[in-house]
Amino acid sequence: MAKYNLKINGKIRKVDIDPSTPMLWVLRDHLDMPGTKYGCGMAQCGACTVHLDGTAVRSCSLPVSAIGKGAITTIEGLSENGTHPVQKAWIEHDVAQCGYCQSGQIMSAVALLKENPKPTDADIDNAMSGNICRCGTYLRIKEAIKTASKN
Amino acid sequence: MTNIQNMKPVKKTYNRRSFLKSSALSGGGFLLSIGWLSSGQRSAFKSTDNQTITNLPSNWNELNGFIKITADNVIKIMSPNPEGGQGVKTSMPMIVAEELDVNWKNVIVEQADLDTKHFTRQFIGGSQAIHQGWKPLRTAGATARQMLREAAATQWQVPVDEVSTELGILYHKKSGKSAKYGEMASAASRIPIPKEVKLKDVKDFKIIGKSKSNVDIEKIVTGKPLFGIDTQKEGMLIAMIIHPPAMGLKFKAIQNEDVVKKMKGIKDVFPIKIFNEGYEKTFFDTLNFNEVVAVVGNSTWEVMKAKKALKIDWEPIQSSTENRNMLGRKLTVKIPSGLESSTEHTEKLAEMLKKPLNVLRKDGDPETAFKNATKIIERTYTGPFLAHNCMEPMNFYAYVTDEKAELAGPLQKPEFTEQALSARLGMPLDKIDIQITRLGGGFGKRSYAHWLLEAALISQKVKAPVKLIYSREDDMTSGIYRPAYSATYRAALDANNDLIGFHVKAVGIPESPLFPNRFPAGAVDNYLAEDFTIDSNITVGSYRAPRSNFIAAAEQSFLDEVAEATGKDPIEFRLDLLKKAKEKPVGKTNDYDPARYAGVLELVREKSGWEQAKTTRKLGVSAYYCHDSYAAHVLDIEVKNGEPIVKNVCCAIDCGIVVNPDTAKNMAEGAVIDGIGVALFGKMTFTKGVPDKNNFHTYRMIRMNEAPKKIDVHFVQNNIDPSGMGEPAYPPVFGALANALYKATGKRFYQQPFMDFMG
Ligand code: FES
Ligand code: FES
Repeated sequence: MAKYNLKINGKIRKVDIDPSTPMLWVLRDHLDMPGTKYGCGMAQCGACTVHLDGTAVRSCSLPVSAIGKGAITTIEGLSENGTHPVQKAWIEHDVAQCGYCQSGQIMSAVALLKENPKPTDADIDNAMSGNICRCGTYLRIKEAIKTASKN
Repeated sequence: MTNIQNMKPVKKTYNRRSFLKSSALSGGGFLLSIGWLSSGQRSAFKSTDNQTITNLPSNWNELNGFIKITADNVIKIMSPNPEGGQGVKTSMPMIVAEELDVNWKNVIVEQADLDTKHFTRQFIGGSQAIHQGWKPLRTAGATARQMLREAAATQWQVPVDEVSTELGILYHKKSGKSAKYGEMASAASRIPIPKEVKLKDVKDFKIIGKSKSNVDIEKIVTGKPLFGIDTQKEGMLIAMIIHPPAMGLKFKAIQNEDVVKKMKGIKDVFPIKIFNEGYEKTFFDTLNFNEVVAVVGNSTWEVMKAKKALKIDWEPIQSSTENRNMLGRKLTVKIPSGLESSTEHTEKLAEMLKKPLNVLRKDGDPETAFKNATKIIERTYTGPFLAHNCMEPMNFYAYVTDEKAELAGPLQKPEFTEQALSARLGMPLDKIDIQITRLGGGFGKRSYAHWLLEAALISQKVKAPVKLIYSREDDMTSGIYRPAYSATYRAALDANNDLIGFHVKAVGIPESPLFPNRFPAGAVDNYLAEDFTIDSNITVGSYRAPRSNFIAAAEQSFLDEVAEATGKDPIEFRLDLLKKAKEKPVGKTNDYDPARYAGVLELVREKSGWEQAKTTRKLGVSAYYCHDSYAAHVLDIEVKNGEPIVKNVCCAIDCGIVVNPDTAKNMAEGAVIDGIGVALFGKMTFTKGVPDKNNFHTYRMIRMNEAPKKIDVHFVQNNIDPSGMGEPAYPPVFGALANALYKATGKRFYQQPFMDFMG
């Protein structure tokens, strides 16, 4: 067990926890932040995507001990009520089917647009191909990213 | 199909359950709702679904099971069926709202718990929610509207016929009186249910047919806890299971439970038996591993670590039989012992296809037709076992005490599951409370629910609320797959290249994929359909468009090849057969409507620009009928460096009236992408009973870069009662892809997944 002061969505959150615990489970089990989803546990599906200092990372494969002073942003931290431009674009295109993959998709998309505000189709494919959507909403995700890139 | 163009009075015959009953009055005139928002009776059991709407009033006037209205005009429509991405939580309430005549913007939608008193058919399956819900949902809305009109007529002392409504307001035009629904709701809830109500004319629809966004979209994009796996309760423990590593093995003993129980955060380790000996299983009870080991602890990570440390002995199963009651049909299923491998499965399928099988349908004299044929085409198709891979792994919350059982989670058939749980716990149904959460995908897998029983048994043992979570590996390797199939097709052509005989033989492990009465049955004079099933201890279950998902692929690829042999255009060839099925149908029972079937083919031909593009581009076509809807696709592809690139997909769909067009379009897009992914990459194989893939690093799923660049979806415009969209667009994708791949590579694709044969 070890104590950590984690910077999550702009707030300091204290946990006393096994250092090998992946950030995904710290968020879901210990901090009551279930927006970040579990899909594979091995960095294959992107459902658990969060930002570490603005970069998209797979929280299922990121032990809490590796965070250090890094700032974590989760889907809950993007905006209070869905007003982030990427969230708005997701609403506009009514992207979701089951919706389970969408927090991860949105977090990957936000990180992409931060790096590359005007991505081409190929850029979007590259950045988003680590995120599986079992329901097959890829074309809407792509359209939503393009809409968000205009704002 | 019924045409609802005429505005006829509808007799309310939906009285099997009393869903139209308004609740008995409880004193002062206001009725309390059955839902958890009303607090009080069920306050201990808070839904994850209402986090953002906690400020709502609690005094609802319940007009019927679907509709509650407060005095200050908040209108709530209950959505009875589970939502797994097919959009019913939006489209079903839209149908109620249409007839109720309210402004959709003012409607709050809430997921109903399992409530067999108020609702019927609260399940996902067979793309039937809209099809079967159409009349009951409309009637529920129309009945409530009628009660509100009667309440206003009484209060205003005017004839009810003079009371009109518009967008949630009651009017008496002559006197200039008006009132919001909320003002009349209390009085209306005391009015006897009308015997007859009038339903709207299709042309007057204001909500149905206009796209409405998913009612949960804001919660989804902000990461609100909507899914079963998000359930959090006071004092809740986390549980996981360990199942035998191979099909054909069973639990024997735990070697090191003392060591594991002492691990940090671990509460208990014990085996559980899912079904009791001698229990007669029903349709949705699984034949899966009946004994698994449960690990219970404080947090998921601690339990995952304990799972890895556990050492368990397994032993071979003996051959056995299971008696099943399949919705009234009694069945004995043989479960052979042994550790099966895919190589043997392939051999067995091929071997069976050489033998005469069970004849399911025979028209004319197929033997003679084949004897007299000038040309016979024979081809064999195979499809492997498939894992469902819902993005949300299987999970369930349970809190079982001596008095009651509270459960919450994603589930397609809660009504059936509740019965299985009642039998297992020996607890009456009224002590069991199942809350339906949003499903992170179902695709048929969540029709089954041994994980719910497992969660309940674990909770009972540890005497605490428990959330059971399957790891991705558990989800993928614990059974319930799409069966493995193979089918041999033969076509007999005469000297004029007319199709004079058609023969299909289909085999499945352990279920057959055949629909003997579907196209081209009815269109060929001499027709023979045979099938057979091979026993196996690999467990299977419904998978998006069960059976159709394979047989459509085989049949539509075969028809393409036959069309080519006759020298006809593949669309023209199918249309000619459909013309015959319409004008001179062969046989008595043909499951499809040839005119609607032809309709989607004609529409896809027009919208894809087939005639102009077929010689210059690599186009593949396929069409299919299942689950009461018709779909045809044209895929336009190219192959680069051995990888197919789908440039464009054109879909034509006839599902009758389209309730929520943009969602229906989303479903078709999803079906196309899913279909392409599964056709190219999907397979589960076994080596000595062990599933060869256990996570997404080995089980390849379609990703964004492999999705089609563009999908156009077109609906046939008609006024036929709507049918579902969850499945019908899926089966024809496979054949269209195979046929397009043939154009692009010159090679026919007979075996799935196609990528294995691209080489
Ligand atoms: S859960 Fe982390 S990538 Fe799948
Ligand atoms: S919306 Fe269901 S997995 Fe993406």
